[in-house]
Amino acid sequence: MIVRRLGLYALTAWVAITANFILPRLMPGNPVQTLIGKIQSQVTPAEIRAIRLSFGLGFKQGILAQYVTYIEQLFKGNLGISITLGAPVSSILRQSVPWTIGLIGLSTVISFFVGTAAGAMLGWTRGSRFDSLIPTATFFQAVPYFFLGTIMLLVFGSNLHWFPVLGAYSQSVTPGWNWSFVTSVLRYGELPVISIVLSSVAGWMLGMRNMMITMIGEDFVLMAVAKGLPRRKVIYHAARNAVLPSIANLSLAIGLVVSGALLVELVFNYPGVGDLLLQAVLNEDYPLIQGIFLVITLTVLAANLIADVVYLVLDPRTRSEAAV
Amino acid sequence: MRKLQLPRSPKVLLGLAILAFFVVMTVIGPWLAPYNPSSTAFNPLLSPSSHHWLGTTSLGQDIFSQLLVGARATMVVALVAGLVATALSMGIGIAAGYLGGVADDGLSLLSNVFLAIPGVPLLIVIDSYLPVNSRSNEFVIGLIISLTGWAWGARVLRAQTMSLRNRDFVEAARIIGESRTRIMFSEIAPNLLPVLASSLLFTVLYSIGAYVTLAYIGLTSTSVWNWGTMLYWAQANNAPLSNEWYWFVPPGICIALVGTGLALVNFGIDEFINPRLRAAGLTSRQRRRLHLARRPRLGLTPVLRSSNTALGATRMVSE
Repeated sequence: MIVRRLGLYALTAWVAITANFILPRLMPGNPVQTLIGKIQSQVTPAEIRAIRLSFGLGFKQGILAQYVTYIEQLFKGNLGISITLGAPVSSILRQSVPWTIGLIGLSTVISFFVGTAAGAMLGWTRGSRFDSLIPTATFFQAVPYFFLGTIMLLVFGSNLHWFPVLGAYSQSVTPGWNWSFVTSVLRYGELPVISIVLSSVAGWMLGMRNMMITMIGEDFVLMAVAKGLPRRKVIYHAARNAVLPSIANLSLAIGLVVSGALLVELVFNYPGVGDLLLQAVLNEDYPLIQGIFLVITLTVLAANLIADVVYLVLDPRTRSEAAV
Repeated sequence: MRKLQLPRSPKVLLGLAILAFFVVMTVIGPWLAPYNPSSTAFNPLLSPSSHHWLGTTSLGQDIFSQLLVGARATMVVALVAGLVATALSMGIGIAAGYLGGVADDGLSLLSNVFLAIPGVPLLIVIDSYLPVNSRSNEFVIGLIISLTGWAWGARVLRAQTMSLRNRDFVEAARIIGESRTRIMFSEIAPNLLPVLASSLLFTVLYSIGAYVTLAYIGLTSTSVWNWGTMLYWAQANNAPLSNEWYWFVPPGICIALVGTGLALVNFGIDEFINPRLRAAGLTSRQRRRLHLARRPRLGLTPVLRSSNTALGATRMVSE
């Protein structure tokens, strides 16, 4: 099973890489022309050539040769030069990607555990007054991440001053592995993490609740109760089985969370790829946009792979299937 | 063919009411708008008053008019994207589930690939290459959003189709020699109606989010009013930090309400598909009247078949 998944992710990565190659060549608006049009002064042919090259649009190569060069450069870690920042895209990304992975990774883990636990309880106590949580959770699920982030920023940041706002750490500390920097990062991360967790927790919760209700009807749960197991154990028993679809559906969920969380970075001026992506889009910095897209996709694929391994560990049935 | 009859729980009714309200707003909103949303004739940054219910922007535009006019573009894009995506997932999912074999492998692979690529970043890449005049076209944007939103529905429909493909009625259709297309879309598809409906609501929900996101980062034409563009201008003018809540809160609330409405109706469909979820529709008062335990007991999930037979059915099952 894991080999199949690996094959799928390799193929997906290839599709994303190839889409990155084809899109600039397919689209009616030629990005080179757009860019030249944006430069106010006279453009020399040498400059046009340089711009074309930065898109990988060499003059003399056929499309296939261009593709081969593109892949070669990609494997060397060369993603081109950012038009607006003038630096290699890969080195720009190296600075911002850790922030994003830290922020989104942490929030996703928290939201998964909180949501799953709450969902299990909701499913178990179905019909009780806790059910009134459901419409509330649905509302939070429907609010765009960035909007909730904005509201939180406004209320708890700039009005109540409970949390520091804007940026990932205080201006007064020096970045590095020292105590004051680490605590500052954690302090500044609280509000973004809370807003991402609030937006994404409902999805886990509702999914888990529905699975839990379905599980309660199963014979093995009845058996557990009949055996006189303590309630906590029975719940744990049912929850362990109910959580499997949640994990199997992680691939969809991770994509959605990442999409939403990128914009939360933007709201909080967090120095991750979300903020970078907005700048790139506003400046029509195509090499940077493409680089960010590739990195996001590859990271999401890696996260999916981890989820698959976890699934394999948790569900013995898949293991025995693999052994046969 | 089972008729899609939604359970009449308060959740579903609330959802339908919310949706109905916004559908009406979509249709008549632009006529109701008191002013031209782009007109800069008023004083900038007025607080809400009887003349300007939601105040004005920093350019002196009436925010309430923008909200009413913006409903149409937002809902149209969401609906176009949702319909196209559902059609795509129906074609691909049912074909994969029914045909099996190599066709299934290929189509499943395709949907798995699209499922694994994060949608919004892909949208941003595609959209940033669009010429500006296409960005102002709701249908183009809707089509692109649907391209990133069909895969989940296809996966669900494939699984459901596989459970139907060997049923007697499909077998019978095969024996009388109906064509494969006819079996797939006239025999199997109607039986998947609840799943299709749930898939449609889900993609519409996704599409609203995606469209608003694109507009919020300035990737749709800023000359078309929608709720995302409103948030874009509010953000660009620092409305959230300068306490101009009347500028950015209303569009956000509208988006959230439409989403809530869609999700609540989807609960109803979920309960229709999976009857075990349905007993939750009973309030505690109803349950007391039926002499039921406060909570449904384990292993004895009361099933409500329809609202008329509900009383009898639940009592029978629970006793």
